[in-house]
Amino acid sequence: MSDSADPIRDAVYRALRASVDSDVALNDKTNIRAELGLTSVAIMDFVFEIEDELDLSIPLDRIAEVETVGDLVATIRALEREG
Amino acid sequence: MALFDQYGSLMAGYRGLSSREFNPFDIAFDAILSPTEAILRGRKILLLGTNNYLGLTHDPAVTAAAIEATRQLGSGTTGSRIANGSYAGHRDLERALAAFYQRRHAMVFTTGYQANLGILSAIAGKGDHLILDADSHASIYDGARLGLAEVTRFRHNDPDDLARRLGRLADLPGDKIVVVEGIYSMLGDTAPLREFAEVKRAYHAVLVVDEAHSLGVLGETGRGLAEAAGVEADVDCIVGTFSKSLGGVGGFCVSDLEGFEVLRVTSRPYMFTASLPPTVIAATTAALQVLRSRPELRQRLTEHAKRLYRGLAGLGFELGPEPNPIVSAIMPNPEAAFALWTRLLEAGLYTNVSLPPATPKGLALLRSSVSAAHSREQVDAAIAMFAEAGRAVGLIAPARTSSAGGAL
Repeated sequence: MSDSADPIRDAVYRALRASVDSDVALNDKTNIRAELGLTSVAIMDFVFEIEDELDLSIPLDRIAEVETVGDLVATIRALEREG
Repeated sequence: MALFDQYGSLMAGYRGLSSREFNPFDIAFDAILSPTEAILRGRKILLLGTNNYLGLTHDPAVTAAAIEATRQLGSGTTGSRIANGSYAGHRDLERALAAFYQRRHAMVFTTGYQANLGILSAIAGKGDHLILDADSHASIYDGARLGLAEVTRFRHNDPDDLARRLGRLADLPGDKIVVVEGIYSMLGDTAPLREFAEVKRAYHAVLVVDEAHSLGVLGETGRGLAEAAGVEADVDCIVGTFSKSLGGVGGFCVSDLEGFEVLRVTSRPYMFTASLPPTVIAATTAALQVLRSRPELRQRLTEHAKRLYRGLAGLGFELGPEPNPIVSAIMPNPEAAFALWTRLLEAGLYTNVSLPPATPKGLALLRSSVSAAHSREQVDAAIAMFAEAGRAVGLIAPARTSSAGGAL
């Protein structure tokens, strides 16, 4: 699913792969909690990696709304637009 | 029940624990004999899992003040300070706290949890930014969530990461409020507060320090990490609790911030709950006096902390990064923590099991804490029980045998 012309999606997938079993197939519909088994604390921790790479801060209430990989990508895009 | 389906896997784990002889999350002592000993199912056990750092729960001056206050003023206030009025003791305790910290303002809350809720939800408003250390206590996260500010977190104890995040916010309107703790309750590590203070100054942020586990433990006069680090002037609000070194229950915040007193009519966790009963106010006021007048308790606590830390490290346990009264052994998994905890309890030692999400980085911890009320012999006895139990459950290497035949 990764698109090399899409730095946001790349950063999300890279951080997720580093946080979970690398054999797990990821796509935008993958549920981060239910399918990848990440707890809310683990999600906040892997978001650090994305924040560093993209030089942005994602507020906790926005992270809490995220269910799927695609949600996280969309949240970051929205934050960048809000700038 | 469909109502609790959301807790499916957690429920199964909890039922599993409930079926054991001892459940670390459901222990009820028959009696508390002293700050260091209790009766559990008819047996005397050594307490190494309280937050009774100075042992003041049984101090004669503290208990006498509590009894006298109950006799004179009754068992409870039956209402909130805003709706039903304060007692003189509430104001006296606030004055005593302000004097101790050399600050203009002090507010007392009914619990330490509510102190964080009450301060963080009220000092940061819509358009402001709360920036929390990632390992912050649940009360800090919950307090941040109760308010309307935007909340982000920075990597635990990492001043550079805090600076990067404040840098991103630099051009945005709104106050930037940074929250850290003195001693972190899970691993017993301290914040690099001097460095945080530098970052705070550089970015004109507000700095809040929760000294729940460091009041009475750190600093020349026991005011906590800010005093020990020499940065009290940079700390805008100190939050703390009465339920640890002061041996009671309740929380507080001290500050020199202009306009601080408006929080009494804006902080919902202060306004909409019953105030502390006279017994707790009197006991806490007396305990604060003992904390101030007996620095030897703090020295004794520090000696015990180092002794336990060195003892457990010497046995081969992996511990938190520095010797403070909280000494946590890092377990390979929750099952190992339960096994060691159970074995220690069977041997007569009470400790704590700490699991995610209460712990950082998904760690399973066997958490201990010492008290100034422990004797050196009790600390040594605890270490010996850790040696036996740790070997019995296979967490540390077997004892080496000396030429004289004694176990080392």
